[in-house]
Amino acid sequence: MANLKELTHREDRLEGGHRLCAGCGASIAVRQVLLGAGVEPVVVGCATGCLEVSTTIYPYSSWKTPFIHNAFENSAATVSGVEAAFKGLKAAGKIPADKKVKFVAFGGDGGTYDIGLQSLSGAMERGHDMVYVCYDNGAYMNTGIQRSSATPKGAWATTSQVGAAQQGKQQRRKDLTQIMAAHNIPYVAQASISHWKDLTAKAEKAFAVEGPAFLNIFAPCPRGWRIPFDTTVEIAKSAVQTGYWPLYEVEDGVWRQTVKVMNRKPVVEFLKPQGRFKHLFAPGNEALLEEIQTDVDVQWDRLQARFSCS
Amino acid sequence: MPTQKTIAATGNTVVAEAMRQCAPDMMAAYPITPQTTIVEEFAGFVAKGRVHTEYITVESEHSAMSACVGASAAGARVMTATSSQGLALMWEELHIASGMRLPIVMANANRALSAPINIHCDHSDIMGARDTGWITLFAETAQEAYDNTIMAIRIAEHPDVLLPTMSCLDGFITTHSIDRVCIMDDESVAGFVGEYTPQNALLDIENPVTHGSFAGLGGPFFEFKKSQRMAIERSRAVINEVGAEFSELSGRPFGMVETWGMEDADVAVVVIGSTAGNVRHVARRMRESGIKAGVVKIRCFRPFPYAELAEALSGVKAVAVMDRAESFGAEGGPLFLEVRSALYDAAERVPVINYIYGLGGSDVRLELIETVLNDLSEIAVGAQAPTGLVYLGSR
Repeated sequence: MANLKELTHREDRLEGGHRLCAGCGASIAVRQVLLGAGVEPVVVGCATGCLEVSTTIYPYSSWKTPFIHNAFENSAATVSGVEAAFKGLKAAGKIPADKKVKFVAFGGDGGTYDIGLQSLSGAMERGHDMVYVCYDNGAYMNTGIQRSSATPKGAWATTSQVGAAQQGKQQRRKDLTQIMAAHNIPYVAQASISHWKDLTAKAEKAFAVEGPAFLNIFAPCPRGWRIPFDTTVEIAKSAVQTGYWPLYEVEDGVWRQTVKVMNRKPVVEFLKPQGRFKHLFAPGNEALLEEIQTDVDVQWDRLQARFSCS
Repeated sequence: MPTQKTIAATGNTVVAEAMRQCAPDMMAAYPITPQTTIVEEFAGFVAKGRVHTEYITVESEHSAMSACVGASAAGARVMTATSSQGLALMWEELHIASGMRLPIVMANANRALSAPINIHCDHSDIMGARDTGWITLFAETAQEAYDNTIMAIRIAEHPDVLLPTMSCLDGFITTHSIDRVCIMDDESVAGFVGEYTPQNALLDIENPVTHGSFAGLGGPFFEFKKSQRMAIERSRAVINEVGAEFSELSGRPFGMVETWGMEDADVAVVVIGSTAGNVRHVARRMRESGIKAGVVKIRCFRPFPYAELAEALSGVKAVAVMDRAESFGAEGGPLFLEVRSALYDAAERVPVINYIYGLGGSDVRLELIETVLNDLSEIAVGAQAPTGLVYLGSR
């Protein structure tokens, strides 16, 4: 694995000057992932979303590497097509047989957990040599903070509002990382932009394996989470330390916790600083807070059991 | 001249054969009746090692076209095939493929759209996609489906065009009937289609490009769309050039509009696809009883051959337009709207009657076509033309 000094010497393939918000977790995730790709060429695909609209405003582009955006739900299928073309052109002798190129598709949680799930599942099952990266900020941020199946229970969003009849999102979030692990692909990992070393190491592994790999990266959105833009990394770290977002990998079916959490903190430490959970701390919502803590505990214990089995 | 051999085969078999001979670098495959045997036949070529194609079996038609977009942008020659609901599921991607100016070639087995579900022929699928920016060729026979598929590659990849192109054949009637087809030798087809030289390929790693940019408010979106219109207008000349070259090579005629008996026709039927043969047969019989009938077959629907059609219909006294698709709430079916528009500038206004026929594969018997020509011959000498569209053969 590359050390910090080595990483700092690698070229940034996402150039500065793009139009993402200050403190955006997505751009941090992208830069860390692409550092993990090493020096080999990378073709990037991206679902419709903040990342895409903010980096490709015609006639400008922030990408110093080949880039394709197709639509919202199909960045996995699109990049699978690019990778298939690479193989076909090699077979035709139009690209040298020893040429090496990496392929990566990015999507937000709306584009991955929800509308792009089928496209992702298909691409992973077909075994394309590509990495899929979900930058999970827990809502449809590009369209203005609507709930997705990655939105935590109890969170305010513009389609899961807070009022006398309802306290934010009513449903639990989907566990996409485990769904992807069930595809039995060579590499699946859950990472956070707050743990750069862990993240870049996972990206290196994901690019190194032959066949499909999936990374689910926790990438806070200050605008949607109602937090100051200089607290992105702090809040991501808190998600890890409270066990809301455990850091682990599944390599050839072996589950391993990559960042141990000693003295796991109560989940309220993650919830409290965020405006989208403000209502949970109003009198009368104590049971809801308790339920969220219980959910985190149950999920945490189940995951620990996975680690000890393998 | 190429060596040609005559075989007995279905439309789908010879479309798959044409695709093999065009040697795509990538093909996306997803099954749907009545297209499925195209991708099955191609899977056989893959298994036998007869093609270098990277053949990917996607999980939906949406992903089929999404992967084709990725592969075509990457710089590959790309083909796929679909039908009906599959084409409908691709709708979003059809626009993206043409908007990104990717020369993807796709076969469509024309089939009814649900509901109710029906697997048989009509043109509601492809007519629903008529404004997606694809060049659209129609076949009457398996032979034309074979020929159109080969020509489609040359048209789509032409530097003046760079637009996706569809090769459409009628579900079951053409896809599954065994017909006599002349197949060219592999070398001649390879020589005709040539090598594809992509522009701005993603896989030209040393020259990174961004595909699928954002062109929002104040951006050049409008201008992109105008350039798309200019490209499809330029394709008219390319389609005729490629068609002429192919005709010389194969000995088979090609025209965006193909006519029969129009030199002295009093009445004419405009038709698309497999029904054209039946209409010609009936027209020939009617001529024996003194009705001067002609047939105009549309082989290229997009771009629509307005000038050629108006020219072909000049001098007739009544026209029937046979539509195998509805355009609910419009004055008539999709072909009717085009034909009437083509005739607007004609010196003399002739009655144009719209017949909707054969929806969901319902039978188009010769007697039905006879009634069309009988109606026309009466209207041509002054009988009252029906107002509104006429359903042919519905109960």
